[in-house]
Parts: sequence; C-alpha cells; structure tokens
Amino acid sequence: MASNEEILAGLAEIVNEETGLAPEAVELDKSFTDDLDIDSISMMTIVVNAEEKFGVRIPDEEVKNLKTVGDAVNFISGAQA
Amino acid sequence: MARKVVITGLGATTPIGGDVPTMWKNALIGVSGAHTLTDDWVTKYDLPVHFAAKASTPATEILTRVEAKRLDPSSQFAVVAAREAWKDSGITEVDHDRLAVAFATGIGGVWTLLDAWDTLREKGPRRVLPMTVPMLMPNGAAAAVSLDLGARAGAHTPVSACASGTEALHLGLELIRSGKADVVMAGGAEAAIHPLPMASFSSMQALSRRNDDPEHASRPYDRDRDGFVMGEGAGALVLEAEEHALARGARIYGELAGTSVTADAYHITAPDPEGLGATRALKAALFDARAQDTDVVHVNAHATSTPVGDKPEYTALKASLGNHLENVAVSATKSQTGHLLGASGAVEAVMTVLAVYNRKAPATINLENQDPEIPLDVVTTARDLPAGDVVALSNSFGFGGHNAVIVIRNTN
Repeated sequence: MASNEEILAGLAEIVNEETGLAPEAVELDKSFTDDLDIDSISMMTIVVNAEEKFGVRIPDEEVKNLKTVGDAVNFISGAQA
Repeated sequence: MARKVVITGLGATTPIGGDVPTMWKNALIGVSGAHTLTDDWVTKYDLPVHFAAKASTPATEILTRVEAKRLDPSSQFAVVAAREAWKDSGITEVDHDRLAVAFATGIGGVWTLLDAWDTLREKGPRRVLPMTVPMLMPNGAAAAVSLDLGARAGAHTPVSACASGTEALHLGLELIRSGKADVVMAGGAEAAIHPLPMASFSSMQALSRRNDDPEHASRPYDRDRDGFVMGEGAGALVLEAEEHALARGARIYGELAGTSVTADAYHITAPDPEGLGATRALKAALFDARAQDTDVVHVNAHATSTPVGDKPEYTALKASLGNHLENVAVSATKSQTGHLLGASGAVEAVMTVLAVYNRKAPATINLENQDPEIPLDVVTTARDLPAGDVVALSNSFGFGGHNAVIVIRNTN
C-alpha cells in the first residue's frame, strides 16, 4: 500500500517520463489538460503505466473523471484499499 | 516553360556521419560504416548475418527523450536530417501553406510494430501503447517532418522499396513544377536493422555473409561481391522554386533538373536482366532535364553489391549513354554507407548534389578485382569532376521493379 505522498511522487515520475515535465510541476491541484498540457494519448499512457506501478485497474470510463492530479491520487489510493 | 527547381538545403544522418559535413568528409576519404553488431538479438535468433552499418550518431542523442518516445526510429532519423537541411537552407520565413513534405520510407515502423506485437502477446492489449499505430504507419516520418516544420501544402510518402528516397525527389519536383508548393522538404528515412528484415533479406540470399570482415563486405562491382550490407539513417533536401530561392538570396547548391520513375513489370525482386526499365528511366530523366547524354559527368550508382543487381545497372547505363559512358565517373557510395533501403536515394542525392557543387566524385571502397562484365570507370579514390556546365545522375532501384533516376545540374 502506497501513501498518498508516494502515489503523488510515483505519478510525477510517470508524467515526467511521458512528457518531460519536471516532477515538481505535478501538484495535487493541477489539471492534467489545462495546467500540464497532457493530451488524451499521453493520458492513456500515463494511466496504463500507473496501473502497472500501483497494481490497480483504472477503467477507461473513469479516466475522464480524473481531471486533476489529486483526482488520480485519490482514485489510485481508493482502488488499492 | 516549367518552373526551375533548385536545392538549397542538405541534411543527412548516416553510418559514415551524423551530419552532412561529416558524411561528405568521410565519403571523400572512403570509410566503411559497417561493423559487427553487438545487439543480443543477433545471437539470440542465431542470425546468419552478424553485421550492419548503423547510423554513426544515434537519433536519441540528438532528439529530446520525449520527442524520441513518440517517434519510430525511422521517423527519428527523418526529423534529425530534415532539421539539418532546414537550418542549412537558411529559410527564416516561408508561407507554410506553400511548404510541402515528400518523405519516403521503404519499410517504415518495423521496430514499433514488432515491439507492440511482443507487448500484446506477453502483457495483453491494455499495455499496447496508444501511439503504436501513428508510430508504425509508413507516413509517420513525413507526418513528423510536416509537424516539425509546419508544412501544410501536403505531406506525402512515396513507398517503392529501395527506390523510395529517389521517388520522393521526383514527387518534390512535380509538386513545385505544378505550382502546388514553392518549397518541399524531400527525403527518405529507414531504420530496419531489426532481426526480422535481417532474417528475411538473409533468407533471400541478398545480404553479404562476410561476417569475419564487415568493413570489406559492401563491394559493388567487385568480382567477389556477395550481397548488400544493411544500413540505416536518413537524407533530406530542401527543394525550392528558383524564383523563391533567388528572391531571398539563398545559397544554391544545384538544380534538380529532371527526374523519372518507371516500373519493370518483370519480377517482384529480380531486376530485368537487360535493364530495360532502368534504361527507360535514365532516358526519360535526361529528357525531362533537357540534358544531352554527353552532359553527364558523374553517376552515383544504385550498386548495392549483390551478384545479380550490379550488372543490369551497367547494361542500362550503357544503353542510355552509349560510348560516352567511358567518360563518366561512377561512384558506388553504398560501399561506404551500406544500403539504407528507402533512405538510400535521399542520402545518395545529397552526395550527388555535393559532388556537382564541389566538383568532386566520392570514393568507392573495397573494389579489388573489378568484375570484367562491368567495365565502368569506377571512382575508387575521390576525383575532381570537370568544370563548366554538367549534369550528374543518381539511380535507385527497388524490389517491385521500381526504377527512379534524378538529374542534378550545376548552378555554379
């Protein structure tokens, strides 16, 4: 079980790998599309990498609800429980 | 009167140099880009051929990590070469609606396709990256270059195996002549040093098996040639309507004076032994350029170093140029670079343009005992070309019976 801090750090790493964005830029209140400029294709890659990293399943229909980094952290945290 | 098309920018990433100045310096010296492969897949799959001519500068050393991640290796090479050519052209302002791309490939995204297939089988569909199809599609390189330059007058991908790169120049010339574009980024890219194409070319006995001496394996016109050497990389040329180039005071390397593409309709892989399709292409390209046979001073030959391929090209040259062929300096630069498949025509076009611009024919290495059936005047050490008004040819032939020829005329 990863803590929310660990999930955030892990997500930041995945986002950095996919987009080159500095990990520090990946903060809880940031919107994936509006703030981080992540397109839908990158988002799907990030989702699949997060699934593997955290051992969870993020259904496709759930992805559109993950508007901010915080939404993703909360979802992953809940899915691990 | 058709619009005149000139060449104002050159780019290349090849086994004998990661940029044009390095490649050209080496092409004049005469070096081999072929080396023993150290990749684990060579032994893992017990491939019969253990060497190839890899790009001397990996594209991943030039592109950012994120750029490289979204591009198949073939498209990575395309972007590297196109950026060099664009910078070299000195174009600072362009009407993007009048800028086109004609970027060819022979095989396309083979690495992406087969990596994704492995992922699908080993990890399931969820793990197949969403970018897989846009990365593996054959137009991936043209699309990447179009995006990079903001080229909106069409992004085209001629695909004709090993004639692809030359066919891209043919298309580029047509786009400008017909008034559809003023500037075209034309070229070819290939990254097929992958176990599957290597195995397939080996099976058809097309690759040299000189495993103990890779540097001497590519030996066009030599009696002991035994196949081609796989190469990889890209070449890119900025084609520009002459009036457009003159208006901005561009440095002009030469004129793309004429081109031609024909098909053998003879056999899927074997060249027509009489070289009839190649002869028609040569004659048509010279006619298109309004050039006389006697204007030709240099040929960058297709000459891949296969036992069956090199001779029909000689036959075609003889049929097209007659006795004047004795006065033509022929270079087979695949002896140095290996065979870059769909990129070869573009890289050799860069060499041909530089040969005319610098009046210097590049070296053909590894010619020890010239095949008596191919009595060409082969340039074994770089040689001066005549002054005055001249033309040079670059030939490319591809599986499928594709023949493509370009004619470069001096402007200096």
